[in-house]
Amino acid sequence: MSQHFISVEALKRQFPGTDKAVFEDLWFGMDKGEFVCVIGHSGCGKTTVLNIMAGLDHATEGGIIFDGTAIEGPSLDRAVVFQGHALMPWMTVLDNVMFAVQSRWPKWSRFQAAEHARKYIAMVNLTGAEDKKPAQLSGGMKQRVGIARALSIEPKTLLMDEPFSALDALTRGTLQDEVLRIRATTNLTVFMITHDVDEAILLADRIVLMTNGPGARIAEILVNTLPRTRTRETLHQLADYYPMRNHLLDFLVRRSKNFVPPAGWDAKRPPQVRATGIGAAAE
Amino acid sequence: MKMSFRLRAAVVSVALLVTLLAAWHIATSGVGQTQAMDPEYAKLMGLTATQGKSAMPGPLDVAKILGGHLADPFYVKGPNDQGIGIQLAYSIGRVALGFGLAVIVAVPLGFLIGLSPLFRQALDPFIQVMRPVSPLAWMPLALYTIKDSAISSIFVIFICSVWPMLTNTAFAVANVRREWLNVARTLEVGTFRKIFRVILPAAAPTILTGMRISISIAWLVIVAAEMLVGGTGIGYFVWNEWNNLSIANVINAILFIGVIGMLLDQLLGFLTRLVTFTE
Repeated sequence: MSQHFISVEALKRQFPGTDKAVFEDLWFGMDKGEFVCVIGHSGCGKTTVLNIMAGLDHATEGGIIFDGTAIEGPSLDRAVVFQGHALMPWMTVLDNVMFAVQSRWPKWSRFQAAEHARKYIAMVNLTGAEDKKPAQLSGGMKQRVGIARALSIEPKTLLMDEPFSALDALTRGTLQDEVLRIRATTNLTVFMITHDVDEAILLADRIVLMTNGPGARIAEILVNTLPRTRTRETLHQLADYYPMRNHLLDFLVRRSKNFVPPAGWDAKRPPQVRATGIGAAAE
Repeated sequence: MKMSFRLRAAVVSVALLVTLLAAWHIATSGVGQTQAMDPEYAKLMGLTATQGKSAMPGPLDVAKILGGHLADPFYVKGPNDQGIGIQLAYSIGRVALGFGLAVIVAVPLGFLIGLSPLFRQALDPFIQVMRPVSPLAWMPLALYTIKDSAISSIFVIFICSVWPMLTNTAFAVANVRREWLNVARTLEVGTFRKIFRVILPAAAPTILTGMRISISIAWLVIVAAEMLVGGTGIGYFVWNEWNNLSIANVINAILFIGVIGMLLDQLLGFLTRLVTFTE
């Protein structure tokens, strides 16, 4: 078996007092530098998977191997961008980012930490807003700070829990562009949860499709066959875009509800689907 | 020109004050029925019976005494005759000491209760039973064990200040937003740094609100406590003037107690605003 950078193995989570697991027998791997999105309906346990990966929650069975070791708890190697930005409202933008920087490098001087924090504030185009409190920022700007804070600790991987779901469509678009740009320069490994089919197609290298919970499984993994240099403006003109989009929507609307494992389906190796294949099948 | 809202409110306030003072003045200036009586007997009966003058002072009598207090608030003419400023200073000092001790005990203990579900469960019955007890009920116990009336009154202030601070701190600490704690966890922030950089600022507004309630209660209780222990303080002053049947001085004391209470509340209100954050 090939060694993945992040390897989710036989993952199951059952909350106490419930008689059915939220999800069970999840297997998938992520390679270094890969951008993986998980898509699925509310209640399928996407956030729980991310929380276990972040070390904030624990698996009932199975586990996640990260860079050769099993995840036991939170780590500065795995930065989290939270759904609700989770900035400390009593700290300025700079202090919020510095709080993370000083957690990573406790021995740095205040000046050094501030310089480092400013670099990442600049990366998300927020230079000039350092001394503002989160309450003075728009939703999009807050989430930029959340991203700057996560990136500032120079993690090995970035975990994003529906980071743009609370934003309006225009802001979401610009932030998606930022993520694409940052991703191109840093080559980070990213695990992201989303509800948004287009967002997944734009950002992800592979899209994990989860069936509805409880008892959610990974039905299949869609390999994004669009060129890596894709942009939001030209996305819809690419040949594989509509087949992929239709495939995802079809899954969310119909197949996720009553997924019956087809013959030969193996939870350990969920089928990797390619857009070209779907296109051919549709004709 | 239309008056601003604040100005209109101020005009109504002043009008109310003038009306009340006028009513008070009229009510107390009237001369009641007098009866012809034996001069020897009249001497025993006092002005109310002989001249029909009410023992209740009018606003002018009170103002005259107020002027006297303001002109010389800090005189000391022996233990039983000290300026109202001195008496108030004693009371404020006792409240400050008792309240300060309560802060030192209640805030760390509140953190412990807020952070540890075990302690919360274990201490809850004690807090539930002790909190509704009138602080003055502790007075005999304090007097017997401490054997010092001044320290006993400080203890009573301590006891009455502790509860709102303790419950508010515990509640605020236990209810810090999950996501802020998760941020600290993913950043591998140590316990003390988490307490001082995340939990304390997040809980501070609620803790300060508890302190604001505490200081108001402490200021209510000190008057009663000093009536009991006597000697010094504004509570003792009120009781002493009641024994002197100087209602004008009692009214003055009420006025001062109100003003100081308001100032203490505003001070804590100001401190609360300093630590309050908008989300």
